Parts: sequence; structure tokens; C-alpha cells
Amino acid sequence: MIPDLRIGLGEWELANPVMTAAGCAGSGRELARFFDIARIGAVVTKSVTLEPRAGRPAPRIAETPSGVLSAVGLQGPGIDVLLQRDLPWLLSRGARVVVSVAGGSADEYAELARRLSEAPGVAMIEVNLSSPDPARGGRHFVQDSAAAARVVGAVRENARADIPVFAKLSPDVSDLVGLAADCVEAGADGLAMINTVRGMAIDADTLRPAVAGGMGGLSGPAIRPIAVACVYQVHAALPEVPIVGMGGVRTGADAMEFLLAGASAVAVGSALFHDPSACVRVVRELERELVDRGVERVGSLVGAAHRTAGAAGVAAE
Amino acid sequence: MSDVRPVQMSSPVLTVRQVDAYHAITVVAPGIAERFRSGQFVAVAVGGEHSSMLTRRVFAIHEVKPDYGGTVEFLFTVRGRGTAWLAERRSRDLLDVIGPLGRPFPLPRDPVNCVLVGGGAGSAPLFPLAHALRRRGCRVDFVLGAATASRVFSAITARRIAETATFTTDDGSFGTRGRVTDVLDQVIDDACSDVVYACGPMPMLREVTAAAARHGIPIQVSVEETMACGTGVCMSCVVPVVGEDGITRMARACVDGPVFRGERVRFDDVGTIPFDALGAPGWKARASGEDRAREAG
Repeated sequence: MIPDLRIGLGEWELANPVMTAAGCAGSGRELARFFDIARIGAVVTKSVTLEPRAGRPAPRIAETPSGVLSAVGLQGPGIDVLLQRDLPWLLSRGARVVVSVAGGSADEYAELARRLSEAPGVAMIEVNLSSPDPARGGRHFVQDSAAAARVVGAVRENARADIPVFAKLSPDVSDLVGLAADCVEAGADGLAMINTVRGMAIDADTLRPAVAGGMGGLSGPAIRPIAVACVYQVHAALPEVPIVGMGGVRTGADAMEFLLAGASAVAVGSALFHDPSACVRVVRELERELVDRGVERVGSLVGAAHRTAGAAGVAAE
Repeated sequence: MSDVRPVQMSSPVLTVRQVDAYHAITVVAPGIAERFRSGQFVAVAVGGEHSSMLTRRVFAIHEVKPDYGGTVEFLFTVRGRGTAWLAERRSRDLLDVIGPLGRPFPLPRDPVNCVLVGGGAGSAPLFPLAHALRRRGCRVDFVLGAATASRVFSAITARRIAETATFTTDDGSFGTRGRVTDVLDQVIDDACSDVVYACGPMPMLREVTAAAARHGIPIQVSVEETMACGTGVCMSCVVPVVGEDGITRMARACVDGPVFRGERVRFDDVGTIPFDALGAPGWKARASGEDRAREAG
């Protein structure tokens, strides 16, 4: 038996539930040297901005136990280069392309959505809400539900109707379920979670923070339990809303954990730093997990933890 | 990005040995050995399959041999848990290795006089380069420097390959006391050098680039910048480099380098985002200023 790995993400169907995570796959070309990028569910681009961005100074990345602390600062060539160079290249390779967008105001996000809607082939827009809002002293949009909803609404209004819009949520908020509900209310077709968790490491030799930005975003297996909890919680509250789960996915078993918690797809992030072919390996391992359990359709796993062990979990509380 | 497609392999360790103050590991990696060009490097996973150490450790390839279908040797110093784990490997252990990575040293078409300048472990990638240059009929002169005698790498091999080999140490325990740049001008003059190749710490590369500029000869530098993946996706190893269009970009040492033309690297701005770099706060103002200057001119 070959299990059916196709998965629905709202209206959109993916060949399999494994995607790259924003900011961890370069322009796609880097990873295409190691595997056929058409074989994974989708490639998610680095968050694109209207103008080029130089990012933050080095050191940008530090290794922490089972984690990666990063403060790259959205270095990228801007939307023009994405549309002229990277997007056509990805499409020519048969990849399904999700474009992650980031901006400094709802207007900038709206403009990005308009530009992407004019280009052929964008399969989905992911709204990176962990970008600083200059109007509010540099706090991230995601830290204020109303600001996040405004941005998501602006993208939904300006994006072509057939392009799904997913809001990427951060765990560093006081009311994640409320934020998720507000984003959906504002027009998000689905949710991507989680973005990195704020963290810090200090180098005992230089006596300085290990990344030049001071604090950074923690990713990797160290944050997986946090991510699974977020997906579980939001899926319980909003069971109809499709979720792309991410945070420390390194193996097929990790991917399955996210599906059981309620994600319909998963994204592989910093594991790609360690293993550039991680995405295809996770697909293969996930298939193995299904075969071993006699599961015929990957979709049947989505949210399964809520239907079975969930009841026992509630009883134990 | 380099045209050569890297491979990811599970490579058996052949030997782990001590060379001067360094460790050297030889792995059986035919796919990497046959693609290798001097200046390229490998990215190695450390700590085993379920390791908590998620970033790769990156090492310049020091030697490639046809033995066992193709072996690759790289040097390292124990600096932390990852390199300590590497030093404990024994023959037949498997290492997850990706390579060859990065832009190699460009080789001259004609037989010219080349001076190769290395600092500490940065000397390692210059040895396969020296062999490649010799095969093309080039004259090779080595200038190798380090903190102390035991950190001067493979002095004997350098003497054997090169027309001349000059050594410097900070403490004077071997060769001339001082820096490679203290002797470089003389070597360039004596050898009538046409081109400089250099690998080592950034401050050394800056000085060597200045020396090449004084003599009006081209210089290729291989930069040492901390990398977390080696494949171009993590964006950690950025260096400000001026492009052919005159615009400074935060170039990734792993895929855009590690070899750059020396005069293109903004050494004084390493570790910062220069104000006028593409996408930095000042780049647009500068670009439009130049437009105005052109229009006025």
C-alpha cells in the first residue's frame, strides 16, 4: 500500500504536506542543488519586502542546545528581483510557490499583495506579521491583534481572490487564540504557526550577546513542544481553519506530531541548515510512518489527537 | 553561486591525525573528491544523527587523493563541543559531509608567478592551490604566518612545493618575528609576482590586499567568516563586497565566496552593514545622488 500524501489546505491541494519555512530555503536555487524542489508540497520564499534590505550585521546566527538563534533582519533584494528572477525560476522548476511578505505598514503589505497578484504562479501568500511596525515604536504587528488584523485585511483585499492568504503567527503573544481568530475574521484563509520564539544567548568569551542584534529568534527542535501546543490550542478553537505547522520539524515523526495536533501541512525550517535535503527526507519518513501504522490517507491524521487522546488529556486536568 | 553541484554523503573516516597544532581528518568521499577545485570547502554535521548541535562545521579542503575512490582531508582546531566531537572520531566512523562548496580560486590561464599567503589554519586551502598552479607551470612562492612555531602549518611541504617559502611568527619562534605583511613586499619584488592568493583572518587579508595594491597586482582572498550551513540558506556569513556595478552587497561567503577579489571586499566594514550597502538606510540616497551627478556631468 502506498499512502495518499495529498493534502487539502483550504481550497488548495498539495502533493504532500511538507513545505520549506520562510527564510530557510534561500531563493530555492540553493536547495535545488540537493533535491528536486518540485517534489515537496511547496517552497516558501524568504519574506520579501518592497525595497531591498541589507539586514543586520554579523554575527547573525548562534547555535544553542537543539536550537538556532538568528537575527538576520530580512536581508533580501526586494519584490522586483523576486518577480523578475526568483519566482519565474522556481516556477520553471515545477515548484509550487508560497511567497512570504513583510512590510513596515499595512499599505506596504497591500502593495506587495497587489504586485504578487499580477504575477502568474503565486500559489499562496504568507503574511509575516513579525515585522516591526514603525508607527508603534517598532513593536511587531503580531503583538497587537488589531494591527495584525489590519495587515491581514489589507493583504486579503488586495490579493487576487484565488490566492489563499495565510497569517503567520508568533508564540510571543498573550492571547494566541484571540489573535488567530482576529486574523481569520480579517480575511485570513489559514494560519502558519509558529514563527521563532524570542531568545538570547551571551558569549562568555566576548561578553557580548551571541548575535549582533542582542535578542534573536529561536528555532529548531528546542521550540517544537511550544509550536505543537500552539497548533493544538488554535485547532481546538478554530477547527475549520487550515494550519501550516512549523517549529523544529526535523523528522517524519515530528511532521506527524504537528498533523495530529491539527496542522494540515508542516514547514521545515532550520533543519535545512543542518540537512539541505531535509524536506524530501521528511516526506519519505512521513510516508514510512503512515505505512507502519496502516494509515492510508495522510489527511485522516489531521487533528487526530483532539479526537482520541484529547479526551484523556482533559480528564487528567 | 558555484556551478559545481555539491553532494551530501555519509563518509567513512579513514584517519584522524595530529598535524602540527591541528587535527586532520581524512574521509572517503569520492563524489566530493572528483568535483573538488582548490579553495572549496566541506560542511560537516557534528554530534551524530540526533545531535543537539544543529549548525554545520565548515572546513577548507586541504588535500584530495584518488585513494579508495577519492578521499578528502580537512584541518581543524578544537574550539568547542562540535570540534571536540570531531577530534574523537575514529576510522570507519561515518561523517555526514556536504561538499565541495563555495567558489574556488580562479586559476591563471598562462604560467605566471604566484605568491600564496596564509595565516594559521588558513594555509590549508593554499596547498591544493599550489599543486594546481604548479601543474599549470606557474612559479609558486609561499608566505606563511602564525602566532607561534607549532601553528605554522606544513612548513616542510611548503618548502617542497614552492620556489621559496618564507615564514613569520608573532613570537619569533620560527622564521621572521612579525606578520606576513612584514615580509610580503620583499617576496613580491624578489619573485616578480604577478598575482597574490591569500587565506587567513580578515585583518591579515586586509593588509595583504593593501600590499598587492601597492604593487599593482591582482589578489584573490578566501575569507574566513563563520558559517552555520555552508549552503547559502542561513544568511549568517555575510561580508560587504562591492559588485561590478559599484554597488556594495552583503555577499554570502559560502556561495558568493569564499574567494573574492581582494579589492572588492570592504575589510574596514566587515561585521557591519555599510551605510551605502544595497538595502541599507543610505543606499538609495547615494544611488540617486550619483544619478544627479551623472545628469549634471
